[in-house]
Amino acid sequence: MDLFRAHVLVCCGTGCTSSNSAKILEQFEQQIPAQGLEKEVKVVQTGCFGLCAQGPIVVIYPEGVMYYRVTPEDVAEIVAEHLLKGRYVERLMAPKHDGAQAAENTSANDSNFFKKQMRVALRNCGNINPENIDEYIAHDGYQALGKILTEKRDPDAVIQEIIDSGLRGRGGGGFPTGLKWKFASGNRGQGITKYVCCNADEGDPGAFMDRSILEGDPHSVIEAMAIAAYCIDAHQGYVYIRAEYPIAVKRLQIAINQAREYGLLGENIFDSGFSFDLDIRLGAGAFVCGEETALMRSIEGKRGNPTPRPPFPAIKGLFGKPTILNNVETYANIPVIINKGAEWFASVGTEKSKGTKVFALGGKVNNVGLVEIPMGTTVREIVFDIGGGIPNGKAFKAVQTGGPSGGCIPASLLDTPIDYDNLVAAGSMMGSGGMIVMDEDTCMVDIAKFFLEFTVDESCGKCSPCRIGTKRMYELLTKITDGTGTLADIDALEEVALSLKNGSLCALGQTAANPILSTLKHFRDEYVEHVVDKKCRCHVCKGLTEFYIDPEICKKCSLCAKKCPVNAITGEVGKVAYSIDTTKCIKCGACIENCKFKAVKKR
Amino acid sequence: MGKQKMTPEEMSAKLDEVLSKYKGQGQKALMATLQQAQEIYGYLPLPVQRKVADALEVSVAEVYGVISFYSFFSLKPKGENAISVCLGTACYVKGSQALLDKIEDVLGIKNGDVTKDGKFSISACRCVGACGLAPVIMVGDDVYGRLTPDEIPGIIAKYKEA
Repeated sequence: MDLFRAHVLVCCGTGCTSSNSAKILEQFEQQIPAQGLEKEVKVVQTGCFGLCAQGPIVVIYPEGVMYYRVTPEDVAEIVAEHLLKGRYVERLMAPKHDGAQAAENTSANDSNFFKKQMRVALRNCGNINPENIDEYIAHDGYQALGKILTEKRDPDAVIQEIIDSGLRGRGGGGFPTGLKWKFASGNRGQGITKYVCCNADEGDPGAFMDRSILEGDPHSVIEAMAIAAYCIDAHQGYVYIRAEYPIAVKRLQIAINQAREYGLLGENIFDSGFSFDLDIRLGAGAFVCGEETALMRSIEGKRGNPTPRPPFPAIKGLFGKPTILNNVETYANIPVIINKGAEWFASVGTEKSKGTKVFALGGKVNNVGLVEIPMGTTVREIVFDIGGGIPNGKAFKAVQTGGPSGGCIPASLLDTPIDYDNLVAAGSMMGSGGMIVMDEDTCMVDIAKFFLEFTVDESCGKCSPCRIGTKRMYELLTKITDGTGTLADIDALEEVALSLKNGSLCALGQTAANPILSTLKHFRDEYVEHVVDKKCRCHVCKGLTEFYIDPEICKKCSLCAKKCPVNAITGEVGKVAYSIDTTKCIKCGACIENCKFKAVKKR
Repeated sequence: MGKQKMTPEEMSAKLDEVLSKYKGQGQKALMATLQQAQEIYGYLPLPVQRKVADALEVSVAEVYGVISFYSFFSLKPKGENAISVCLGTACYVKGSQALLDKIEDVLGIKNGDVTKDGKFSISACRCVGACGLAPVIMVGDDVYGRLTPDEIPGIIAKYKEA
């Protein structure tokens, strides 16, 4: 085996690939031999490092130097300076931020980005080449499965270990994982067909941790599914993954093939007599398929309509057989629990929520990316320490968690320690881990409407509370944001919301009203402002916003009048300041875009 | 999308090849079959649905039911350059609605439609997973991130010439 003095890690997750990291990888592979370094330096493509806002990211070991927003043109310099002469390319080492004033909240806080994190589920993401099984094995990979199978551990003892660890489902519901396994573990050794499934249908817009794990560390999921299968005596597994994630699908397939080659999937694994194999099933873009019964109908090739529970999947699941279904991040924790022990895992986190949780931090925050924190970390620490605060000096307004099923956490609750129960108490939920930061310019009524539009679209239509209720709520919100709403509409919203919560068949409908209920709870004044004062303080709702030109600032250049598609702007070049006829104005924003003096404003 | 155009005969032969793999397997093979059929045709017109139904021995109603349920399957052909605007939450709070408005404005068609010359189509999608680049649009397989509406005409012009 060759020994290399340096390793160049290039992030090839979806975010960095979108900004050309494949080209960067290619450049390194050309430039390194060009300098005669091919025997000394190894280039590795890895999964996501987490700091997506600064991508494409390149890390060079042993120094651990991180280069941000690298372009293919920068590669020659990195190779010639850093790899050949040992001089760092300092201009690429400082994170770059969008917006005018970024300098003050950069470097110091960016080390916080990694310092406050604890990477368990993401332990290998960005450290290993996901397309090479040997690298996973070198990082304790398949050790947990190996121990269990070669020592012929009692499946019930393994399940007990998972129960003791306190691990709860990371897909949103938070059901104890070990209990799920226990329910499906009956009648072992009697030749009953059972299945182990993985939910990789990450439908929550803004959440991308499952994709990153599959792209960066696919073997951890395969290993965990094999362990689950051993515990309940199943021999076939399915990973249900979104077709929209081509890189993750490709890497998972490569990983499955390699595991088969190594005898870690297939017949008689580790000579133990235990057999297990795994196949991929592609989803086709239906949010409701994140719901477990709908997901299984989809694997069966049917429309993804949820079915009533009970019977629970542990009794009657896929093809009517007992089935375990867990989420990607949940599985990624399993090998660590087996290797380090339930006690270690349970020592991290809060009383009822153990371990860590991965969040996809996005929206109006400086360090957009993937972060993994111990349960109990406060929202403030995530947004301001890890996230580096709000760009452009704007004020924080809220953070949204749980996607279309979740809610908004206002500034007054910034010090809430994050765990399953605290988030529910705050009117939101853990969800799969999307965390979108909103600043003073985000209108909360508009955000509620945005989520409702989503659920109207994604409601499967099977049960009427959800099918009709989401549509009615969307109509009410449209009325309010158009400026024709009344106070009675707000009451009606609340009433429909509660019937949806109580009457819907599955979690999609039961939680669809959460974005409304939580914004009503914390930002009711904004709703009232929309209907009583006919005002949107963020100037987002077009029906409630008026464009005007500040005559003090206007330089009388006429550009806005020329760009106006409906001739609503009049004035005289160099003489009379321009003004907008609001009865003609269609609020397209062309004048704002084109005014060089920022004289066009909204009120 | 950089793919060569196939003749109708070639497409039909390719479809037959796919169908022979799944012949008689029934509903459980339906999603995979449709995904591959759509890869060949770009969308799933009724004659294709009929062939799939015959091969898998399920009803056309069953096939249509599945196609209309999942947003990934399309009953309409897409433009040569399919533009998708991400309306995921992270992109939305960073102003992707304004990008969509601008694209509709520039092309003179609405979300979900195709231009008359078949060159462009617009669709809104839910999260392409490049939240670090928000707001994001995709033209075919090319990703454009951190956009403002005034960059849109330039991007579209690039594809008009091609």
